[in-house]
Order: sequence, then structure tokens, then C-alpha cells
Amino acid sequence: MSDLMKLTLAGARDALRSGQTTAVELTEASLTAVAASKPLNVFVHNTSEIALAQASAADLRLKVGGAPDMCGLPIGIKDLFCTKGVATQAASAILKGFKPQYESTVSQKLFDAGAIMVGKLNMDEFAMGSSNETSIYGNAVNPWKVDGRELTPGGSSGGSAAAVAAETCFAATGTDTGGSIRQPAAFTGITGIKPTYGRCSRWGIVAFASSLDQAGPITKDVRDAAIMLEAMCGFDAKDSTSMNLPVPNFEAALTGDIRGKTIGIPKEYRVDGMPNELETLWSEGAAMLRDAGAIVKDISLPHTKYALPAYYVIAPAEASSNLARYDGVRFGHRAKLEAGDGITEMYEKTRAEGFGAEVQRRVMVGTYVLSAGFYDAYYNRARRVRALIKKDFDDVFAAGIDAILTPSTPSAAFGLGEMADADPVQMYLFDVFTVTVNLAGLPGISVPAGLDPKGLPLGLQLIGQPWEEGDLLNTAFALEKALGFNAKPNQWWL
Amino acid sequence: MTIDIKTAARIAKLARIKVDEVDLSALAQEFTNILGFIEQLNEVDVEGIEPMTSVTPQRLFRRDDVVNDGNQQAAVLANAPDAREGFFAVPVVVE
Repeated sequence: MSDLMKLTLAGARDALRSGQTTAVELTEASLTAVAASKPLNVFVHNTSEIALAQASAADLRLKVGGAPDMCGLPIGIKDLFCTKGVATQAASAILKGFKPQYESTVSQKLFDAGAIMVGKLNMDEFAMGSSNETSIYGNAVNPWKVDGRELTPGGSSGGSAAAVAAETCFAATGTDTGGSIRQPAAFTGITGIKPTYGRCSRWGIVAFASSLDQAGPITKDVRDAAIMLEAMCGFDAKDSTSMNLPVPNFEAALTGDIRGKTIGIPKEYRVDGMPNELETLWSEGAAMLRDAGAIVKDISLPHTKYALPAYYVIAPAEASSNLARYDGVRFGHRAKLEAGDGITEMYEKTRAEGFGAEVQRRVMVGTYVLSAGFYDAYYNRARRVRALIKKDFDDVFAAGIDAILTPSTPSAAFGLGEMADADPVQMYLFDVFTVTVNLAGLPGISVPAGLDPKGLPLGLQLIGQPWEEGDLLNTAFALEKALGFNAKPNQWWL
Repeated sequence: MTIDIKTAARIAKLARIKVDEVDLSALAQEFTNILGFIEQLNEVDVEGIEPMTSVTPQRLFRRDDVVNDGNQQAAVLANAPDAREGFFAVPVVVE
């Protein structure tokens, strides 16, 4: 593989400006790596023609000068983002053949900044999953492999994380509803940030749970995350929950100076069965932040335990409503009907054929918790608990905590198929450290921290105050520097 | 809460998802397990707590009530499984 692909996003940006390479050269290197990554099953829609056209345009723009940071940089786009004229399926059979007539705000912003789309990326169906095993395209595979097993790259942004970890593109878009950026980033040894709810427009992103969904970048390191996040953020009148706030220069915030910052260590995140190596990494991470001049304090977030059950009411409830639009009328799949079938049979057959098992399960759970007689007991109670979970965070931030350090996931990546016979609830537990952040609408970032005894990556998560992504990225930058993680997977798929 | 087969069938109907009779019992068991997990929420004292509607304290902003888009019939129908004469076509709804 071309050495060019080993560059970070920032490195490639600088190489473009110093004339060491061109956008076309980077794009060709990326497309070659994409073609060679078939065994990983991460790219699901080919956009090489668009990529080469974007690359030529980017080179012209770079020649003129003053091009934005993302100009000329090849990235992957999660299949959840609507891309004009390019298949967008949310990894579901129900959207087979769907070609949006419009571009999502986030992908449009990236393209406006000159970024190049080298392909659409695998994911869990409708972003519902933690292992990329619910995709209509089949499993995406983790580039990390330490024995005969193929491992999950995590989910739902499994394709995005695997593509970046395998160095097929310099970065990728992800979305995060309960941990779908941070958990796959942790499982593949790279970086992923979910910004504050309202930072990135949700317009044109296939909706899962609208009060929780946020887009964000998946990148090789914290600097790259800062660069790409800035290009993705910003107010959008087409998303009524978009926040009208200026977007700071996130990269400029990366001073590495965290002296005087206060970092909280929540005792409730010390869960039963947590592997020793994860506890050790967590303590080491805290010690590193202390050595860098931060004050480290034990804190309590008393309602943490209830985050997952609250999430598994609220997210399915919103999903059942959002996914009502897939009815076989306006877009996507429509079931073949038999004589005498009316419109109800059309809906029922279309949705049974088009939705996979996990999506059907969540739509039905959502339907139940919103149904007459159960709305108060389940849905309203979950929303009350959500208010308490957010208050836990509000209280520690009010008490002077700047950021919170936790593990990203309760373990390293597991083998594909290993959870097949498990209760769905067992799979939900992989989101235990990430889901609180979505419920409270906070920014959270996962950085690779070390390897477990088998040689698989583990991540640490930092949670920041709302709208303080710059400060959060800077703390993550200091942590990244101290951790010095630079392991990469063997390229077994080549 | 235990979900029986009848309730499972009712949920599937409400969700407009066809579930075969033979699959209903497994589905009912899955619902029972998931709801069992969710019922931990009953341990929490939520007295006097308002259900959260938005994580950000802002009110949803509103735009002026004016037409700001339109004349996109072809784009709107482009992905329809069955579009005829400028309309979405569906099975007969009213005889």
C-alpha cells in the first residue's frame, strides 16, 4: 500500500500545501486501498468517479490558494448520510435502490470544504447495533486480528471505524445515538468524537432517534478530529434543533496545556466484570492527566445505572415514529402483493421484508412503550429518568468539573457471530459507558489508550461540558500525547 | 411484565409489521426480556421531575410561515416504487 495512506488527515493536508502530493494522487492511493480492502467489507457503494472529479476540482482550488483544511482529502461517508444521486440505504433492505435527490447538510459542508468522497461505508441497519452485524451488506470486519477469529469493528459506525483504522481513507463520517462513533473507534484503535447535541445538523441523515442522534468524525488522532469536526459543524435552518452558535477553530484549541483543569472520575463506571487491564488503563489515564497539571477528583453520577434502560425506551420509541415513513409508498422497497391485498397488507409485508430482526424488534418495543396505557409507565418515566441523568452531569459541571474520564467500552472487540445466540440485552450492555452522553446531549470523545493482553485496542473516553468541544479536544490531545498509543493492525487483508 | 402471544400480535399489528404465527412466541419472549430490563426504571424516584423534551434549553426555532420551496414533483417521485401520472400509486383504499 502507498505510504501516502499512512499520513494523518493533518499530514496529508500539509503535504498538499507543500506540493509533496496532489489531491488526485491521494485519491488514487485511497481508491487503491479501498479496492484492496474487500475482505473487510467496509465500502458498500463505490463513488470512485465522483472522487476523481472532486480531486481534480480540489487540486485547482489548492493551486489558487486559501483552500479550507479539508480540501483535497479523501474520506469515507457512512451509508446513513444522504448523498445526492448516490445509493443511500442505511444498510437496510427497505431502502434498496434509494438514491436521494438531495445532499445531507454535513456531507455538503464537507464537500464545500473540498473533501473527497471515496465511498459509502458499512454500518448496522438504521444504526441499530453495536457490532455491525445487522447490516444488509453483511458484517464489516475489524482490521485488528490476533488469532483465527474475525472480530467486530463495533457499531453502528463499524464500517467507518474499520475503513480509517485500515488506512483506506484519511477519515470518515460517523453518527452516534448511543455510542456508535466512540465504541467502534475504541474497538479499532482510533479516535472518534460525538459533539454536543445540536452542533451538527441532522438534516439529510437517515433518522434513528432524533433527540439522541449526532454526527461526528472518526479519525486517526485528535488533531484530525478537530479539523474534520470543525468542517462538519454549524447552524442549519433545516434542522430545528441545530444551535445557532459560532463554530470555534478547534485545531487552534490544541495547546496540550491542561494545567488547572479539573477531571472527574465517576465511581459508577466501575462496573462488575470489568477486565483488570481496562481498570489499569483508566487509572493510568487519570495519572497522566494529573502529571500534565490537571486536578483529578472522584465524582458521583448516581443515575448512571439507569441510562441503558432509559435509552432502550427512548431510542426505540423515537425509532418507531421515525421509521413509520418506510411504508412502501414514497421510496425504497415495496412487497409484491397478492390478489385481494389492500394497503394494510402492503405496509405489513413491506416492513416485514424490508426491516431486519433488530430493527423490527426496536420498532415494536417503541410501539409498545408509546401505546395507550403504557405511555406514562414507560415512555414518560424514561424521560423523567433522562432528566435526572442530565442533572447528574449538570451538578458535577456546576461543581467545577471540566471533563470526565471513563473507559469507552467495557471490553475489547469480540468475535463476529459470538453474540448471535445471546439475549439482545447482552449486546446493549456494550453501550453502558457511552449512552449517558447521548441522553445528556454532551460531547464525548474516545481516544485509543492501549492494548489488552491479546493485543486488541482499548479506548478511554472523555466527556465534556456542552459546547466545549474545543476544551474537550484539548484535554484529549494532552491525554493522547501522554498515552503515546501508536499500534496499528497487521494488514492481513492485503 | 410478561408479554403473551396475543399482546405480541397486537404490537406487531400496531407497528404494521407482518409476523408469522409461528414466530409470535419467540417474539413475546424477547419483549418480556427487554421490558424486564427496562423495568429497572421503576426503582427511580421521579416524583416532581418533568419528562425531558430537549437536552438544550432552547425552544425549537420557527421560520416564517411562507412557501420557501416547491415545484419538485419529479424529484419527489423519483424514488417511488410505483408513481403514475404525477402521483404515488397505492392499492385501492376506498372502494
